[in-house]
Amino acid sequence: MQANTIDTENWLTSPGVIGTLVLIVIVIVVGILILMARLNSFLGRQKDKQVRKQKSQWNEELVNLEQSEIDTILERRKRAHKYQLKGEELGSAYDVSDEKGLIHKVTHKPENPIADEKKSAAEAIETPDQLKKLIIFYLGTAVFWLVFGTFIGQYLGMKFVWPELDSASWLSFGRLRPVHTNTVFWGWTSLTMFGLGYFVVSRTSNTKIYNYNWGWLALVLINLTVIIGNICLMSGINNGGGEYREYVWPVMSLFALGLIINFLNFYKTVANRKISEIYISNWYILGAMVWTIVLVIIGYLPNFQNGLGETVIQGYYMHQGVGMWFMTFTLGLIYYYLPSALNKPIYSYSLGVLAFWTQMLFYTMIGTHHFVFSPLPWWLQTVAIVFSAGMFIPVIAGTTNFLMTMRGSWNHISKSYVLPFFLIGVIFYFVGSAQGSFQAFRFTNYIWHFTDFNVAHSHMTMYGIIAFILWACIYAILPRLTVKEPPQILVGAHFWLALIGLIAYMISLMAGGTLKGLSWVENAPFIESVIMMRQYWVWRAIGGTLMFISHLLFAYNFYYMVKKRKVTEPINITPKKVNQAEPKEHV
Amino acid sequence: MFNFHKDHRSLVFVSFLGFLILSLGVAVFPAYQSQENTAPLPTMEPMTEAETNGLHIFVNEGCVACHTQQVRSIEMDKTWGDRPSIPSDYYYSKQRMSLWRQSPSVLGSERTGPDLTNIGKRQPSEDWHLLHLYNPRIVVKESIMPSYPWLFEEKSEVNQNDQVLAIPEEFSKEGVKIVPTKMALDLVAYLQSLKQAPLTTEQEVDFIPSTRKKLEDVKSENNDNQGASLPDGQSLYTSTCAACHQAEGTGLPGAFPPLAGSSVVNDEDPELLVRIILQGYDARPEYAQMPGFADQLSDEEIAAIANHERSSWGNDAPSLTAEDVKKIRELVMNQTP
Repeated sequence: MQANTIDTENWLTSPGVIGTLVLIVIVIVVGILILMARLNSFLGRQKDKQVRKQKSQWNEELVNLEQSEIDTILERRKRAHKYQLKGEELGSAYDVSDEKGLIHKVTHKPENPIADEKKSAAEAIETPDQLKKLIIFYLGTAVFWLVFGTFIGQYLGMKFVWPELDSASWLSFGRLRPVHTNTVFWGWTSLTMFGLGYFVVSRTSNTKIYNYNWGWLALVLINLTVIIGNICLMSGINNGGGEYREYVWPVMSLFALGLIINFLNFYKTVANRKISEIYISNWYILGAMVWTIVLVIIGYLPNFQNGLGETVIQGYYMHQGVGMWFMTFTLGLIYYYLPSALNKPIYSYSLGVLAFWTQMLFYTMIGTHHFVFSPLPWWLQTVAIVFSAGMFIPVIAGTTNFLMTMRGSWNHISKSYVLPFFLIGVIFYFVGSAQGSFQAFRFTNYIWHFTDFNVAHSHMTMYGIIAFILWACIYAILPRLTVKEPPQILVGAHFWLALIGLIAYMISLMAGGTLKGLSWVENAPFIESVIMMRQYWVWRAIGGTLMFISHLLFAYNFYYMVKKRKVTEPINITPKKVNQAEPKEHV
Repeated sequence: MFNFHKDHRSLVFVSFLGFLILSLGVAVFPAYQSQENTAPLPTMEPMTEAETNGLHIFVNEGCVACHTQQVRSIEMDKTWGDRPSIPSDYYYSKQRMSLWRQSPSVLGSERTGPDLTNIGKRQPSEDWHLLHLYNPRIVVKESIMPSYPWLFEEKSEVNQNDQVLAIPEEFSKEGVKIVPTKMALDLVAYLQSLKQAPLTTEQEVDFIPSTRKKLEDVKSENNDNQGASLPDGQSLYTSTCAACHQAEGTGLPGAFPPLAGSSVVNDEDPELLVRIILQGYDARPEYAQMPGFADQLSDEEIAAIANHERSSWGNDAPSLTAEDVKKIRELVMNQTP
């Protein structure tokens, strides 16, 4: 049954959608704060108890001492009291020399005049060279696609302000838009996930990767997908215009092939693991890959896609592409990289398992919430909305798990360049997913659907969650693989430009999108909403520019971390070896 | 039974199976059902070859990125169609395109531009569409739609059967004429074909109304005050007429006649003006054809638009009421068989 009326008068003037959202967010934030305060006081009481216990132990010890023991202690104390410095303890007349070569760096000032000096990453991790090289190539091509893809996005953003920027057919808005989305999806995000995933599966299974050649083959296939796919799109060949399904199936089958190869490789590696339990990251990573294989096949199979059947599949595919692939895989990565960056275990394994199964159950059902009020069956829309609300379960479980893992290490955040990326990613995970659930409701659809609000939401999630977490993982692992840290000031600049850019982007489009929806509710002529949006599009372009600049910095940091350097080996080995030795290169 | 923590085989298998079952239930089965249980409306005709080509150009150029084709079942979308879209509407337009490409996805997810469900009815003029494609800013000053010059040829000499666009001076190039290619004509044929097919009575679907104060409520409140009962003429003019006649009533030389200073608009007797709005007009060869709006606009709305036209841009003619329009409408209806 359809609803009979929609009350548009009261939800705008009274607290309304926006107010409700703000309230709910505030309530949850306050709730978390209170919970933390409670936990804190509980832990405080435990500590007090221990202190009291220690004091009474000390008293007992004192009573039991012999007279001579007390005298010795007092004598020592007296001498200590009389001791005075001679004034030459910190230096001497001698020249300083480091004869054993133990000191690598002497500094009197911090390197970094405007930001806090960060702690350097922990020592190098013993990794097979083959794996190192594979990871670096996955990440390297991904970085290229990030810069390329967001450059296109930046250019498209400018077209909203200057529609006549060019008039070349292959640069027109309709053709370039999917180039932007598909490049960052399959090029940047997917390749990064694979690269980081290779490290995780091998590390947490305590074994080597099953077959390196497969990894290289998949790398080539996926890069080919993006190259050929983009050429097709720019020459006007697409798969019927379905969002995120724009590459035609012969092209996308290259991606599917790469995905299947990598899945088999990961699966075999996990199967050969040297420890009995499967680490939680591997649940998510393997799950994401199986689900996406199913997803790609269903999305591209032809026999049930005529008429509105295509739209049902479209809603399913575009939402699960984000949910089952990017989100699930990235969650798997957090479960490894976050605890390892903090050097402590994940807060709760069980919460991770709960979130895994609920992710599968709820996320799968909600694709049709992109087509509320459309001619698709009403029951399908209702199912999507109900399960969207259910998404709170995995999201809260995941967020709690990550925040509780970070808890007690907040002071590390100012000392680390990795943790701020994680923190922002986790916070956006909560805020972005919660917002997605709210957006699914019929009321909110009424005002926000078809407006720029959706663009803001997709950037909040794909960028705020996925990209930030992938950056965190890259900065966490790459310096330990290559033993070279990027300049801290540039990592900081990357972080802040990306964050400020994203916020400018989101806020302008959310505000503009809401006003646009309101003007449609008021039945104002359509063109008025276009004119009204202009200033918001300008802000979007500015935010986008900041984000793009941050990607250039990131690309430089990446280059800095992986560029080949000559390392001179100490010549203290046999003369025979010296003759054979060539300057070794670190990858 | 299953030890997911230690048995990778059952972990992967169960998550695969679980996802597959859910996917079948929420995607494959409903999609299949929707494909099998939909037939075209009796009032619909299969697409012509030109229209099909046009649809493919529409999809290739990514028009779906900015234009939706779904009139949702809510009151806000009444602007875009006479009724909410139903599955049958897409019977012909969403058939598989070719071996390489699946059925087109035309419902869209964003309205950076207007919804196109009924564009063929709202904007039937071929000249308007061609000008708009060549450069949208010729006809809609504030438009941010890209130009599609590659759908047109620049010719210094034209053949007899070439269709030359009447391009205002500021957009035209010295010494060349602009002639639409077959692609442009096909695309326009497709756009012109976009009209909601009328329903047979059993299939009635209604919009979900909002409790926002409706036109009718306002009217009943101000029933005794005739002048205040009319809707906002300027806003109606902007959404209905300004695309051709321009916001300032200047028209476009060679394409659409000006309304400012027009003798028809300023005529003491509004009959001809209202007739043209109701029935359309194609008597003057130097201008494009005007569609009739009898089906789309109510008497009140036509009166409001006419009053706006008669009192703006230096025009100064007596205003008319919905009653006047109603009389003329009855007259017109009796004349046409």
